[in-house]
Amino acid sequence: MASEHSIVIVGGGPAGYTAALYASRANLKPLVIEGYASGGQLMLTTDVENYPGFPDGIQGPELMSLFRRQAERFGAAMVQADASRVDFSSRPFGIWVEDEEYRAQTVIIATGASARWLGLASEERLRGFGVSSCATCDGFFFKDRPMVVVGGGDSAMEEALYLARIGSKVTLVHRRDDFRASRIMVDRALAHDRIAVRWNAVVDEVVGGRNVEAVRVRDVVTGEKEDIPASAMFVAIGHIPNTALFVGQVELDADGYVITDGTRTSVEGVFACGDVQDRVYRQAITAAGSGCTAAMDAERWLEGLHAAEDVSSTAAGRDGTA
Amino acid sequence: MAEDNGVMEITTDNFQATVLENELPVLIDFWAEWCGPCRMIAPVIEQIAAERSDIVVGKLDVDENTEIAQRYHVTGIPFVALFEHGEISRYAVGAMPKAQLERALGLSD
Repeated sequence: MASEHSIVIVGGGPAGYTAALYASRANLKPLVIEGYASGGQLMLTTDVENYPGFPDGIQGPELMSLFRRQAERFGAAMVQADASRVDFSSRPFGIWVEDEEYRAQTVIIATGASARWLGLASEERLRGFGVSSCATCDGFFFKDRPMVVVGGGDSAMEEALYLARIGSKVTLVHRRDDFRASRIMVDRALAHDRIAVRWNAVVDEVVGGRNVEAVRVRDVVTGEKEDIPASAMFVAIGHIPNTALFVGQVELDADGYVITDGTRTSVEGVFACGDVQDRVYRQAITAAGSGCTAAMDAERWLEGLHAAEDVSSTAAGRDGTA
Repeated sequence: MAEDNGVMEITTDNFQATVLENELPVLIDFWAEWCGPCRMIAPVIEQIAAERSDIVVGKLDVDENTEIAQRYHVTGIPFVALFEHGEISRYAVGAMPKAQLERALGLSD
């Protein structure tokens, strides 16, 4: 019943598509289980200004569709669904999409990471009614309205700058007194006349009945509370790795990242690349780079496997592709 | 009226007749061109449309049909709502896998 593959790539973002590109050019006919969130985090962005080769910038979703097309051009097959279960206890490894079973000699994990939420009940209740993690999706609804962006990294700066073009005022709420974002993004945000910063503050509650009306913050130094009037709150406080699928299958660290040595995981023949195993760099370009590395590692590993098989059964003539 | 993928184009003009006065439940995907996660969820909506004959499946462009989006306080997309007897009975916000969306909308068997 199960379809057999030499390589299955789980995840369709910069890492997964690059792994698919390299694996398909190595004639390994990869199968990519892209997931419902294919394209990954870049699908939530607009201008990508730091991907080399695009001096005028490129839209995130456009970049991802180019990645995908390039992998498809060399024969990578795509499955537009989520892997629902894996079994790495024996080879060939098992990967399921609901009842559909796939078997693979080697697997590349490239499931990326998803936006982290604050974890407040009021935040959950007002999601879709002013609480969002995607400025490019939902900024449109808040023309000439005040908004809050929570966070201090590049994503937070990017969201604030994007929203400042639409709204009347954007307040960046950050728990420390310094941003960790790159200098160029911080400078742009601080120089913008419609962006204000509320330093040393954490969100206590999102205030509002049917829609967001204000964001209640607490000063971490003085303990004082304040309601910042806002029609929307965009959350950009980082990401959590998408590894629920792999619990008990490969070793994960305390925060859920796949533990890797290079791209090798704790299971021989299973590799990981991109944000799912990267807590430091987390860029499209580093994800793509590690996707390439993972595909080359997987290819080499498959060659080793075939060589071992050839030694053990010298008479069983192979088809000469190795 | 239905498009070849089984997903109807819902607009301000046909909303009353197609959605509010429909005897069948109507699933509507509120979306926009610029929204990446809306592109992620589109194939899921098409799959549901192909699989089910007991509901009508449509999509509504919030950019072109702002009043409808406003009427239902939609300020986050993709916003997928199930209309029954002219009212939203269940909804889900954000891109999610098919099984999760079906659970959220009460469409699981």
